[in-house]
Amino acid sequence: MMEALLQPLQAFFGPIWPLVWTLVKIVGIMIPLLLSMAYMTLAERKVIGYMHIRLGPNRVGFWGLMQPIADGIKLLFKEIIVPTGADKWLFFLAPIFALAPALAVWAIIPFADGWVLANVDAGVLLMLAITSFGVYGVIIAGWASNSKYPFLGAMRASAQMVSYEVSMGLALICVLMVSNSLNLTDIVRVQNHGYFADHGWGLFSWNWLPLLPMFVVYLISGVAETNRAPFDVVEGESEIVAGHMVEYSGMAFALFFLAEYTNMIVVSAMVAIFFLGGWLSPVGFLQHLPLVGFAFSDGFHWLALKMAATLFFFIWIRATFPRYRYDQIMRLGWKVFVPLCLLWIFVIGVWMMSPLNIFK
Amino acid sequence: MDFKTILFYMLSAVMIFAAFRVITARNPVHAALFLVLAFFQASGLWLLLQAEFLAVALIVVYVGAVMVLFLFVVMMLDINIESVRRGFWNHLPLGATIGGLMVFEMFAVLSGRYFGLDAMPQQTNPVGYSNTKELGRLLFTDFAYPFELASVILLVAIIAAVVLTHRKRKDSKVMRVVDQLAVRREDRIRMVNMPSEKETAE
Repeated sequence: MMEALLQPLQAFFGPIWPLVWTLVKIVGIMIPLLLSMAYMTLAERKVIGYMHIRLGPNRVGFWGLMQPIADGIKLLFKEIIVPTGADKWLFFLAPIFALAPALAVWAIIPFADGWVLANVDAGVLLMLAITSFGVYGVIIAGWASNSKYPFLGAMRASAQMVSYEVSMGLALICVLMVSNSLNLTDIVRVQNHGYFADHGWGLFSWNWLPLLPMFVVYLISGVAETNRAPFDVVEGESEIVAGHMVEYSGMAFALFFLAEYTNMIVVSAMVAIFFLGGWLSPVGFLQHLPLVGFAFSDGFHWLALKMAATLFFFIWIRATFPRYRYDQIMRLGWKVFVPLCLLWIFVIGVWMMSPLNIFK
Repeated sequence: MDFKTILFYMLSAVMIFAAFRVITARNPVHAALFLVLAFFQASGLWLLLQAEFLAVALIVVYVGAVMVLFLFVVMMLDINIESVRRGFWNHLPLGATIGGLMVFEMFAVLSGRYFGLDAMPQQTNPVGYSNTKELGRLLFTDFAYPFELASVILLVAIIAAVVLTHRKRKDSKVMRVVDQLAVRREDRIRMVNMPSEKETAE
């Protein structure tokens, strides 16, 4: 049906049709993403508010729903102050470096079976490549500001993000071993195999169960990678004020803020795809029910639900745990996660070679 | 000129510019960032050659890890450009030798067409060909021993680097995390029972 609808448009644009269609798809991904980014800030304030037994933002619009718009307008009209002695070019490039990779990753994220902008074969590698660029935004911001606190923040950030990338990558190696593919769509499809998936209980055949230690490692590394509490020493309000963002104001600051929330959404999407079965339904046996059956079949809504649950988890731990000390962060990354990942790679390797192999 | 050729010239032009700026930029941080830009262009060129694994690996390894640490160090260094300039004539012979060698190598590569390299058949890849999969298969079958050897050498290098830079300070204090985690409430808190005082009527 879709094809038939697009036929006249295709004829109208002629040879540049693929370009136009890709642009339409990009806009179709970006607008909901930017909206969810904005409302993520509201959700965080609301959830933490309720966890602290207070109301959170409730003045702008019904139930505070217009708060992100008000914040956006406020930040847009604020003056951007450039510190004396700052490296002007890099000072303005840094927020862009922070946000651009967070947005670029969405090209390879499959939203449902076949719903992906670029179905790249080496998708996982590409994802690692793009997200590893995000640290430049923080480092350059810290250096270009020509100020002490941002510089300290940048130093902390680069050490922390590089360290946790290692454990993230090693955790992903386990996923790649069991999925036998680097393609994100394939990785989700593989999770639909097995005893439980055949009986409609997809929930138990996803990667999170056989790779449970790796799931935990990836989730925690994801929090550390996005510099969120309790790993937010990069910002560390009580020690270095706000880290790399101290000297930024107005929209330049907002870009850093948006980058952080987009990164959170990216990590939640990755957790959902690698370990929680992406768009697959956890209770597939219910899809034959009359009337409500469609809600229990595979589809984008399950991915959204899983991402929302992961994001809630991020907010939850922010409201729960005190900040880690810096040496403890490094210890957790290098002395706990990396050995655990290496061990689990070995375990999975032996498991896959044994007769008990369930990943086929 | 098809689109690929335009892309090739664009990437090459930016790459040459970036590489040039790496050696001419006065600020070492700018130089390092131009090197990052050059890496991106190189990976773009590799993508044009359908070597997507190498292209992505270049970004992951060099841009994502090596250059971050490089920037880390460069930012902390206080490089005195004047003293570096003064050593120009001392370093010239060595630099000129290496430069000359590189020019010769590039000449050898570029002049390949005169030695009949263009007679090599152009490689065509079947549909569904995955560069990553092919590379992995080769590394773990035909080239398993060289690959393992390289990894062992790298491991030795890692351990050597750790051992060389590891120095034990006598005055450093260490926390035993296991002991910290094993702490129970009873070890730290003592509940004291104090009877409330009665108000005496006076």
